[in-house]
Amino acid sequence: MTTWEIFLQQLFNGLLVGSFYGLVAIGYSMVYGIIKLLNFAHADIYMSGAFAGLIILGFLNPYIGNQWLGIIVALLLSMILVGLLGVAIQRVAYRPMLKAPRLSILITALAVSMILYNTVLLMTQGQYKPFTTGLTHESFYIGALRMTETRLVLLIAALALMLMLHLFITRTMYGKAMRAIALDRDTCQLMGINVYKIIAITFFVGSALAAAAGIMAGVYYGTVHFFMGFLIGLKAFTAAVIGGIGIIPGAMLGGLLLGLLEAFGTQIPFIGSSWRDVFTFVFLILFLIFKPNGLLGRMESERM
Amino acid sequence: MAEKKQKKFTNPFGTVVESLYDLFDKKAPRYLLMTIMTAFLIYLPLSSSRFTQEIMTNLFFYVVVCLGLNIIVGFAGLLHLGYAAFFAVGAYTTGILSSVYGVNFWLTLPFSIIAAVIAGLAIGAPTLRLRGDYLAIVTLGFGEIIRLTVRNLDITGGAMGLIGIQRPVLFGIVLNQITHFYYLFFILAVIAIIVSYRLHDSRLGRAWEYIREDEDAASAMGINVVQIRLYAFIIGSAFGALAGSLYAAKMTAISPESFMFIHSVMILLAVVLGGMGKIPGVILGAIIVTLIPELSRDIGQFRLIIFAVLLLILMLYRPQGIWPERQGISTKL
Repeated sequence: MTTWEIFLQQLFNGLLVGSFYGLVAIGYSMVYGIIKLLNFAHADIYMSGAFAGLIILGFLNPYIGNQWLGIIVALLLSMILVGLLGVAIQRVAYRPMLKAPRLSILITALAVSMILYNTVLLMTQGQYKPFTTGLTHESFYIGALRMTETRLVLLIAALALMLMLHLFITRTMYGKAMRAIALDRDTCQLMGINVYKIIAITFFVGSALAAAAGIMAGVYYGTVHFFMGFLIGLKAFTAAVIGGIGIIPGAMLGGLLLGLLEAFGTQIPFIGSSWRDVFTFVFLILFLIFKPNGLLGRMESERM
Repeated sequence: MAEKKQKKFTNPFGTVVESLYDLFDKKAPRYLLMTIMTAFLIYLPLSSSRFTQEIMTNLFFYVVVCLGLNIIVGFAGLLHLGYAAFFAVGAYTTGILSSVYGVNFWLTLPFSIIAAVIAGLAIGAPTLRLRGDYLAIVTLGFGEIIRLTVRNLDITGGAMGLIGIQRPVLFGIVLNQITHFYYLFFILAVIAIIVSYRLHDSRLGRAWEYIREDEDAASAMGINVVQIRLYAFIIGSAFGALAGSLYAAKMTAISPESFMFIHSVMILLAVVLGGMGKIPGVILGAIIVTLIPELSRDIGQFRLIIFAVLLLILMLYRPQGIWPERQGISTKL
């Protein structure tokens, strides 16, 4: 392959993986923006989404097959299911802790994460499960870029979900309420906004997007396992920090950027793919030192 | 800042436990009990099986790492999710120096502490300036990175790990029996407890408590918040590294899988369960976390789910832990 071809290929890979990161990062960023909680369970919600999709697809397979139609129906169903799971977690573990010391709510988040993770670990006996789909893997060329139908559809779907979310946040009353609560929760309550309802909706949307990312990753990689959330959770958080945590377009931008950085970073000699995750992390530290507010973030002065 | 509510101290265990806690807070009964405990623990290996000694050694080890993490989480109120990484830094420093370069075990200890201080500075200095939540995720990431790094490097033996770490020699005796390590870890645990108490009662300890309770007020009183927090982070890391070095000497072989995220979580669990910041509470937490799995091996894989549910319920209904610090009411990040 020529350098140009490698460049194009890595560009596409980076965008695709980056869009998964972006979808997960949005959930971190939304929750952080609205209740200032670092939701450790989010990575496990992503993983649960992938498994929910796998199970639903298994049920649907005899009726509508496991090609695009089946995958889309499974995607929508598991987005709803996992969204509700997110709301339930919020209700049980986070809502009673909103007024508690910050350390306590971080620890309940950790506990929820452990419960989800270990439940799936027990159910799957720690094995990799094949994510079987009826999709073809024939490749074709766009210019010098080799690609498959699956990968193209996944990228478009991920970008479409991001666009829909952006419209939801900027054009609807709920989105407006979310942004208002992120600015000042107490005042919102005085203005008659049902704060708890909006927080529940935020968790629903964030969890549903993470589930979508989980299923897409399942389709893309062909396997799912209980451990899949851990690293992507870390990376999605990095993406959220890069873009400016609490800022939703920032999370999308951060995800895509991180995907590209990884794709090109592993092409640098001496770094290689076994150091890919270390590379991401070093990047997180650098960002925290030099630009802790992220690319799109503003300097915030803390009010007393 | 607006939503600072202080929970009133309530004890569901009733007044009996409460008065026992009160009794222990008085000096005379505490010293009496501690003397009896010490005497019993010194005597124990003379009349117990290797299995008991093994469990007790493991318990002492947990007491040391939990007290180390307690300095960071309990005293300074910083959430640390990668403590096993610092423990790995110590274990690998000793392991490499001992098995590759043939350095005497005792001489590797200062290097292990230096390595932990450097790692602590590298992680702590950039993140402690920011909001506390960043520290949680960065330490979580650091834990994973250390594991990946020791797996990728040649000098650390890759995924196979290091073997052939020399046994320490003390007064001409090669420490190779479980009884030797029982006493070694016992002494280390006693030192850790004394150091913890001394730190807690020191000027530094008071500064930690002040920052934990009200960062802004502490800052206004002229406490350098970042620096004082960094001290907690580094001292806690050094505790972990020291324990890791001794662990390497006991095991004589270490691999990346000994330092996984789950170990960091179990140590954190012990600290939170027992009562953050309260030294006897943390020791109690360490006892619960090490002994319950030993006593209930049958439930096996459900263990972690049960622990996680326990942690959730505890946080919802008794966020101070089983044996909490009396005056310190809110632990704010």
